[in-house]
Amino acid sequence: MTSSKIDSKIPEGNLEQKWTKYRSTVPLVNPANKRTLEIIIVGSGLAGASAAASLSELGYKVKVFCFQDSARRAHSIAAQGGINAAKNYQNDGDSTYRLFYDTIKGGDYRSREGNVYRLAEVSTSIIDQCVAIGVPFAREYGGLLSNRSFGGTQVQRTFYAAGQTGQQLLLGAYSGLQRQVGSGNVKMYARHEMLDVVTIEGVCRGIIARDLVTGKLERHFGHAVLLCSGGYGNAFFLSTNAMGSNVTAAWKAHKKGALFANPCFTQIHPTCIPVSGDHQSKLTLMSESLRNDGRIWVPKKQEDAKSLRENRIKPNDIKEEDRDYYLERRYPAFGNLVPRDVASRAAKERCDAGFGVNKTGEAVFLDFAFNTLRYGHIEATKKGIHNPNETQVIEMGRAVVKEKYGNLFDMYQQITGVNPYDQPMMIYPAVHYTMGGLWVDYNLMTNVPGLYALGEANFSDHGSNRLGASALMQGLADGYFVIPYTIGSYLSNEIRTKAIPTDHVAFAEAEQNVQSSIDKLFAIKGTKSVDYFHKKLGLIMWNKCGMARNEEGLKSAISEIQELRKQFWNEVRVPGSKDEFNPELEKAGRVADFLELGELMCKDALSRNESCGGHFREEYQTDEGEAMRDDENFKYVAAWEYMQGVNWELHKEDLIYDNIKIAARSYK
Amino acid sequence: MSSEKIIMEKNLNLNLKVWRQKNASDKGKFEEYKVNDISTDMSFLEMFDVLNERLNNEGKDPVAFDHDCREGICGSCSMYINGRPHGPKQTTTCQLHMRSFNDGDTIVVEPWRAQPFPVIKDLVVDRSAFDRIISSGGFISVNTGNAQDANAIPIPKDAADESFAAAACIGCGACVAACKNASAMLFVSAKVSQLALLPQGMPERKKRVMEMVAQMDAEGFGACTNTGACSAECPKEISLSNIARMNREYIVAELSSDSK
Repeated sequence: MTSSKIDSKIPEGNLEQKWTKYRSTVPLVNPANKRTLEIIIVGSGLAGASAAASLSELGYKVKVFCFQDSARRAHSIAAQGGINAAKNYQNDGDSTYRLFYDTIKGGDYRSREGNVYRLAEVSTSIIDQCVAIGVPFAREYGGLLSNRSFGGTQVQRTFYAAGQTGQQLLLGAYSGLQRQVGSGNVKMYARHEMLDVVTIEGVCRGIIARDLVTGKLERHFGHAVLLCSGGYGNAFFLSTNAMGSNVTAAWKAHKKGALFANPCFTQIHPTCIPVSGDHQSKLTLMSESLRNDGRIWVPKKQEDAKSLRENRIKPNDIKEEDRDYYLERRYPAFGNLVPRDVASRAAKERCDAGFGVNKTGEAVFLDFAFNTLRYGHIEATKKGIHNPNETQVIEMGRAVVKEKYGNLFDMYQQITGVNPYDQPMMIYPAVHYTMGGLWVDYNLMTNVPGLYALGEANFSDHGSNRLGASALMQGLADGYFVIPYTIGSYLSNEIRTKAIPTDHVAFAEAEQNVQSSIDKLFAIKGTKSVDYFHKKLGLIMWNKCGMARNEEGLKSAISEIQELRKQFWNEVRVPGSKDEFNPELEKAGRVADFLELGELMCKDALSRNESCGGHFREEYQTDEGEAMRDDENFKYVAAWEYMQGVNWELHKEDLIYDNIKIAARSYK
Repeated sequence: MSSEKIIMEKNLNLNLKVWRQKNASDKGKFEEYKVNDISTDMSFLEMFDVLNERLNNEGKDPVAFDHDCREGICGSCSMYINGRPHGPKQTTTCQLHMRSFNDGDTIVVEPWRAQPFPVIKDLVVDRSAFDRIISSGGFISVNTGNAQDANAIPIPKDAADESFAAAACIGCGACVAACKNASAMLFVSAKVSQLALLPQGMPERKKRVMEMVAQMDAEGFGACTNTGACSAECPKEISLSNIARMNREYIVAELSSDSK
């Protein structure tokens, strides 16, 4: 039964008509009234920048906040591989329904039909919009757009710009945002961090932000506040997120009443550069697109793996018949392009069994040799070379590989010092994305009226596992094509609300609370750095709430985190002062929030007695080691309400599948 | 990229001379630090993490520096190392690894030095001038929802590739820092080129270049004297030919009556 606290507001009617009908009937705000309505947007990534540009174009007064020095540096910039859209340009049988179906199945049947169908529907408009504003996607010689495949699909629906798709999409959205800044419709607050949500009688009315250069706290009123602040993967310390990526905006909202949904649904990406030592500050992704042409393997024989670890042999010394292409072996239908959760677990399984190939034993190979030769032969044929020698074939094949993945290969070489054209890459799974986030209804509004969450900051579309190239799609869908409509259903009732002066007692109180928590951090004057605590938390999370979880581990993680949190508030040292540019203070506030969130992630994982998508509970698996869902008892969204004293109450939203017949998720 | 031999991990002891400046109005000075036992597998920023952890433990103020993605794409990590933006390799500071240095080296680290990029603290500078230049014209004025089908206008692959190569600019400001005139021509021309190469960019072509150049001048960036240091230091290898293209675009716009 869905909890009485939850109303997802999915429109009635059949799936194909829901969004169309909604758009035609949602209340509107006339242009004159839009000019008096103020919207605050926190975060300037794909969701935030696209929402800011679109809402400002409609006439709303918009303020955008980001902690970076420019909106262009939001972490969407680092997305590599691509963006999905059901264009069916390749004539390979794609459709809105198929994208919808792949996404629901990819998420292991833990997302809403209504939201995901809408996402698939608007996906095509995103590509149109991006091309129109000058995003230079990859093209074929005929001048039309090129596509490639991503995991969990059997069609080619991914649009891309080399390995820098996120960069190009973000710079597109950013250019739209800056156009509005230039015309005075958007006021930009870079180097500002939101530190609280202001509510008046349960309705969201603004935020408290800190100017990171001067340290001054500021009060900002808004008729609506949109949190587009990204995911919380940095709870693990090591992740592919940017160093500054954090949960603070979402967490402050949570502590002001917004429900936090499915916090334990974390995506561990299978292809990242392995950890090289204790100094490591972050992990680097190698795009999923590489699995189009890279084959994943480990040695069949343990003694070969041992020799590799001890650097006594090179990967190319291992004969073809002694290699285990374990994804192709276990999942012949999807092969190397199984979804991320499946590929990550399979890598862990092989490494745990003693087949890891680097000095730490936590790495597998991603090998391009086979497809380099294949491309080389194709090129030779094109050029009419009938009996090419091996050197020629390799040379021509490498040129093709370079054209497709050049920047990724360069990045790999810079980081590891190893040339991946000569030797296979070594990769291992790493924390990459969080499917969980603030609970939102169909309008993308949290349960706090006027407070919205878009993009990775919300929980809505990816269930328990996100498919590759779908984060960019969702971020831009939310910002360009969903919020401009859905915000009208709320703001049409707000046209009589005059801007509330920020000397209102609610603003003063919120600012005072922020001020005292900053003062409290400085007052500790302990002996340990913020990073000390962050790294400790990260290890607990990775070992006990990472790729595999179990009851015992989660229980001990919860008490360890509680203990660590206590220690943090007694022993942390924050240098400098509050009235200056102070990166250590920023980090301290963020880690304090991670120390609470980490506990909730473990609690959520502990309460979900099943395995689904990225959430793998060791107690619940099939004989073949696949995730075993329990639809009878866990086909719900777990939405947690924050209670006094770092405690939570669980509310459930039942997931209803009217259109998809849910089944065991198989990629075999 | 040419094949490099595998360099095995080892540890370095280094002398650092780091620019310390409390805030914009402080005069600033170099301070010297010794860091020991630095793994050659570390990135340059991870070496700074080690230094900061130590300063923190000694009760001193850590060095402030901008950084975020640490994978060479956000453009934050502006450090001027041994007289070159981002140091000895043509990459970002976060992608510079300590295997590029030798045991016993002295490394001098400064912020970007350019009048339009005032220092905020230590190695952190204010690059908002770049945002204002983009706001002046670095866009295509198409509102959300107006677009036709993405494949309606074919674009020759060569033009799309060239446009992409210009669009790969990460807005780090190394071009300005490298230039003896503190010119922003490479940055501005990359955006002008990206959009001038695409049919979608045509309607605003003349207005764009005029307004972006005007804003660039208003921000106080210097003129271009064709030295090419910008492109030589650019971590994304943005080509100098973009500047030539921008000059052509500017002349065409200047000479045509409809842009006045």
